[in-house]
Amino acid sequence: MNPTDFESVISVKELDFFYGQSQALFDINMEVPKHQVTAFIGPSGCGKSTFLRCFNRMNDLVGDVSITGSLILDDYIDINHKDQDPIQLRRRIGMIFQKSNPFPKSIYENVVYGLRIAGQGKKSVLNEVVETSLKKAALWDEVKDRLHTSAMGLSGGQMQRLCIARAIAVNPEILLMDEPCSALDPKSTARIEELILDLRGDYTIIIVTHNMQQASRVSDYTAFFFEGKLIEFGETGQIFTKPSLKQTEDYITGRFG
Amino acid sequence: MSIHIHKEIESLKKMILEMGAKVEQNVHDAVVAVDRLDVSEAKRLIEQEEEIINQMEIDIEEECLKTLALHQPVAIDLRIVVAILKINNELERINDFSVNMAERIIDLHRLEAGKFPFDLIGLADIAQGMLSKALDSLIEMDPNKAREVIAQDDEVDDRHAAVYEVVKEEMKRSLDRIDVIIQLPSLSRYLERVGDLACNIAEDVIYLVEGVIVRHQEE
Repeated sequence: MNPTDFESVISVKELDFFYGQSQALFDINMEVPKHQVTAFIGPSGCGKSTFLRCFNRMNDLVGDVSITGSLILDDYIDINHKDQDPIQLRRRIGMIFQKSNPFPKSIYENVVYGLRIAGQGKKSVLNEVVETSLKKAALWDEVKDRLHTSAMGLSGGQMQRLCIARAIAVNPEILLMDEPCSALDPKSTARIEELILDLRGDYTIIIVTHNMQQASRVSDYTAFFFEGKLIEFGETGQIFTKPSLKQTEDYITGRFG
Repeated sequence: MSIHIHKEIESLKKMILEMGAKVEQNVHDAVVAVDRLDVSEAKRLIEQEEEIINQMEIDIEEECLKTLALHQPVAIDLRIVVAILKINNELERINDFSVNMAERIIDLHRLEAGKFPFDLIGLADIAQGMLSKALDSLIEMDPNKAREVIAQDDEVDDRHAAVYEVVKEEMKRSLDRIDVIIQLPSLSRYLERVGDLACNIAEDVIYLVEGVIVRHQEE
């Protein structure tokens, strides 16, 4: 059922996930296409955000959770292995959240935050990273004259793009986006969507969205989840014109969920 | 997405089925009028029915565009709206052929055409049967019925091709009736086209139900 005609960057095998005794994900198997945009859709509580957080161990922060099965990055890195350093992992797999969360620092310091933590202090390097990251995040032209003013003065859409710039600054390979536009107005949403399309090709992007039109606009592949199970995974064009399963069709046409 | 879109789609389905029934009736009336060379019926088809169908076509197209713009349907909903948009166009063209037949009636009546030298009604029965079955397949969302329509296309084509041979012979025999005879292949051609467009509707139904485009495929 799952498409395989692409290069895979993460291979998910027989993944089960539990919050305490309660199972949230059931036997998930999928390949994440490299340098493509994959959208996760499904009704609230279907497990899509839980699954997204498995990719960079964000569930570690939740507490009483357990996971079996595997997520293998680049054929050899076992994301869930106890010896895998989550901080190292998150440099390769960045995350953008529903609500933009810039630090109460300047725009410049927000972008270089990850690099400074990693020990990079060289001004010329930092300057260059700020410029390239902000350019990639389509924010440079709007903020280049006020890099040292507070990030808290930016609009919601600009803050979200700053968070994308901050994620990009540490040069990740994969970007996880958890409903990145749900708090934005249509114009800012359109800019973020445009940005996602621009970033595709350089980065692998996985986006969780409640907005089905957004999934159909920005993604190459779509995975539909229901009650903790991956129901259907396919090319977005196919999912939105001719899904293979009635359950997928009923969900995307608004007949349930 | 809401229940609202499904109400819109139900209303679109109702509109296209009403148009289908009306076009089917017009084709039937045109064939009966040809058989009887009934000029007053021909005039009714030309002067009244064409305008009604044209307006129906516009109304359905506008509703489809509105549904696409306002509800952005996907999957089965998208396929239904697209299929209705296409069937709308096929039905309007089928109705044009009933009008074309009606126009021929007026000429043939003026020329006092007698009995046709071939079985036009037999051909008409098959073409009308195809249209009727194509519309049934739409109502019942039945791709198997739609495939039966497509399977009948060759028979209509063969019968239409045979008309040319009969007409050629008839021309040689009855030079004094050439004005009448020369019009006869057109009537057969209109019915053959009704069969073709019924096949298009059947193909649209298969797409609607199965999501597969079967047009332009070798058997």
